[in-house]
Amino acid sequence: MLYKKKWPLLIFVVPGLVFLFVFLYLPFVENIKNSFFDMTGVVEMPGSPWKFIQFDNYKKLFSDETIAIAIGNSFRMMGLTVVFEVGFAFILAVLVNNIRKGQQIFRTVFFFPIVISATAIGLLFKLFYNYNGGMLNQILKSLSLDPVNWLSPELAFLMICIPTLWSYVGFYFVILLTGLTNISDDIYEAADIDGCSKFKQVFYLTIPMMRPVIVTCVTLAVTGALKVFDLPWVIAANGAPQGLTHFLGTYMYQVTFGMNNYDYGSTIAIVIVVMGVVVSRLVHIIFRDEKKEVGR
Amino acid sequence: MIKSKISIGKIVIYLILILWAITTIFPFIWVIVNSFKPSAEVLTSSFSLPKEFTWDNYTNAFSKLKIANAYKNSLLISGTVTVGVISVSTMMAFALTRYEFRGKKIIESMLVASLMFPVFSTIIPVFRLMSITDLLNSNWAVILPQIAGNLSFATIVLIGFLKSIPIEMEEAAYMEGANVFQVFLKIIIPLSKASISTVAIFSFLWSYNDLFVQKIMIKDNTKYPIASLLEEISSKYGTDYGLMASSVTLIVVPVLFVYIFLQKNIMKGLTAGAIKG
Repeated sequence: MLYKKKWPLLIFVVPGLVFLFVFLYLPFVENIKNSFFDMTGVVEMPGSPWKFIQFDNYKKLFSDETIAIAIGNSFRMMGLTVVFEVGFAFILAVLVNNIRKGQQIFRTVFFFPIVISATAIGLLFKLFYNYNGGMLNQILKSLSLDPVNWLSPELAFLMICIPTLWSYVGFYFVILLTGLTNISDDIYEAADIDGCSKFKQVFYLTIPMMRPVIVTCVTLAVTGALKVFDLPWVIAANGAPQGLTHFLGTYMYQVTFGMNNYDYGSTIAIVIVVMGVVVSRLVHIIFRDEKKEVGR
Repeated sequence: MIKSKISIGKIVIYLILILWAITTIFPFIWVIVNSFKPSAEVLTSSFSLPKEFTWDNYTNAFSKLKIANAYKNSLLISGTVTVGVISVSTMMAFALTRYEFRGKKIIESMLVASLMFPVFSTIIPVFRLMSITDLLNSNWAVILPQIAGNLSFATIVLIGFLKSIPIEMEEAAYMEGANVFQVFLKIIIPLSKASISTVAIFSFLWSYNDLFVQKIMIKDNTKYPIASLLEEISSKYGTDYGLMASSVTLIVVPVLFVYIFLQKNIMKGLTAGAIKG
């Protein structure tokens, strides 16, 4: 009765739809269109029209060495996030779930880096990595070792990954721990009585029961790895040194807003979208629960 | 159960957990301690307590960097984003759970699909839009896309909650003569306070912490919000370690206090979507 008259819908739905169209859907479509043009500027000016160039930008992807590095780094980052963020968070969650005292404190402490901006964390780690008097080199000095250039071509990628991974462990830790506390204790007690060791319980009880939560975490981690920008940019802008630390996001930014190559930037953005869709599909295929599907 | 003896296993567990806790706490303590030292001292003995306690880095941060101004900009931007996301998404979620209409399914799938759009894929046309409308360098250029960016997710979270509110109360209010808007403002909103605060928290933090959109939309460094300012510090004053330490501290400490009081809500806010799957 109350919701028979439809006209209030206009007021409730239209603002949201306007936002969706103006700032998400139309730009998304426009971005696809842009990737097929040679954009002479971000706004098309009379006198310098944009030229339709078909798939030129996409062909360029295959000859661009930096994008190969960026894609490679993004893939490596995905692998690292799965192992070190989700994997390590899982171990921590299982451990915390096994203790009684201090659970809450560990939750609070582990989660804290998430609320700090990646920019601030980047700045903090820059203070660690500085060649002259950075924290790490001070430690080396006190051990009378030579200082190390932590952001050298060989080390830079690793040094950018460390804070990225470190700051997000707590996020997956809290999600996984919430999942763990939802598993009933009876199951573990039954396993205890049957003489199943704690270690085996993790593999034969915890992991199978936590599967949906783990899949969610892995999906979030790999798609999140595609979106990294702030932290690598603050620690090493423009993929320094020599573009070796570029990720897809940072390279897209540099191409678009550093070199003003808007159309190629649009193309890289599409690569990010496609990779995101493909990778999250892959995660679902890899982690698909065969038993469940056969059984039901 | 018999009082359990302290097993070696438990000790190892605690050791690992404490070690990880140290890695998360130590960097922040280190930076806070060093923010009270002159830069030269940070360079040589960053592990000791300040020999020469100084506020200079803080006075520098406020005079040289206009950090207070950046705070003001950030709070304005993120506050508006939060209010915007809450209002638009509760209305959407209300309409989508209470009304039957043509196109409802389409809107719902549009919301879900838009979660797959990374900010990279829309930013160039949005940047163009902002330059045509002359909004570049204004807070709106950051606010509007950030509202849109958080909207879908917020609406999906709220739909999940609103579905669980029984409709009887609204019908009763209608019998008493209330109209749809009164029902929405007096019944729906008070009942969904918890979910709305979840949405508010993640919208605020995402907006507050995001560098990417700020960096693109606001080029005028007198108008920088906090994240852009931090980035400028790192590239411009990268050798003034004391100043860097004090600016990081100025960012970390307020957040730390808010976090201590609201940690349960914050954790819930930031992990909301994940648990639903």
